[in-house]
Amino acid sequence: MNGTVSLILALAVGTYAFRLVGPALHGRVRLPQRVHELAAAGAVVLLVALLATGALTENGGFAGWARPGGVLVAVALAWRRAPFVVVVLGAAVTTAVLRATVPGAA
Amino acid sequence: MRSLQRTGHQTDGTPRAPLRDLVRDSSLVWLASGIVGVSFGAISVAGGLPVWVPVVMSLLVYAGSAQFSAVGVLLAGGGPLAAAATGLLLNTRTAAFSLAVADVVGRGWAARLLGAHLVTDETVAFTLAQTDPVRRRAAFWISGLGLFAVWNVGVLAGALAGGALGDTARYGLDAAFPAVLVALVLPALRTDGRVRRCALLGAALALAVAPAVPAGVPVLLALAGLALYGRKEASE
Repeated sequence: MNGTVSLILALAVGTYAFRLVGPALHGRVRLPQRVHELAAAGAVVLLVALLATGALTENGGFAGWARPGGVLVAVALAWRRAPFVVVVLGAAVTTAVLRATVPGAA
Repeated sequence: MRSLQRTGHQTDGTPRAPLRDLVRDSSLVWLASGIVGVSFGAISVAGGLPVWVPVVMSLLVYAGSAQFSAVGVLLAGGGPLAAAATGLLLNTRTAAFSLAVADVVGRGWAARLLGAHLVTDETVAFTLAQTDPVRRRAAFWISGLGLFAVWNVGVLAGALAGGALGDTARYGLDAAFPAVLVALVLPALRTDGRVRRCALLGAALALAVAPAVPAGVPVLLALAGLALYGRKEASE
């Protein structure tokens, strides 16, 4: 169990250190405007990569059709400027229905 | 949420909307996260870990994907070292996120120390989707504190209840999280051509390498998409 405690502590301390980078540096180190721009753009790049891999992959393999089907509905709804709630619920319901009704959609 | 990229103009005509809509949109993410938290607690305990492991991990690490991966490695017999390495690799992205929201968190040390712990994918996406600085700050704290509370309560409930909820894939929850991100980043992608090019290249890179590399690496590689960002305010 000592190993588990160490695992949790190492993960917690390391993660917190990553998270503290921005708040700790802010206002103390003058970062060039360019770095601020890249951080903002980089955050969007990371979020889009997360959503793409989250929609399509599971443990490095294809996630099956049900989930990307739902996310595709979300893209269409968001593109039509549907309210946030509609976008998210639309995706979940689509995926749940596909999973329940289409054999092999997983 | 959808209109926020177009500055502070709200569809109902009020110049600055009350923060209620931030709570409303956040609460949907809280609900989904709470259920995922329940399943995290339940999976951990069902796999043979004592109740305190998922509970303490959620309080101290507070990062869904890293927690699932770490516990997954642990339950698969990969050992604590591999579990910690996998989780840390997944969480390196929070360093970039923390830079992106640093000005929103505030200057006091208490705010910095507490705010840092609340940096998650969902909260950063919520925050960056606001253009007005006041709403940005409110979005960060509303989403961040609420998510932290709901996630940890969910994990505790799941750890105590065991497998009562069944397979959460049945509810399509796994599609809800990419959908949240879609709703939050699409306005930025729509209006900013430079960011759009970077993001599309990054996502393509991440998907291309996903089958071949450990979890966490694809998303980090996506940052190479910033190579397209360019030097100047570029053409729209």
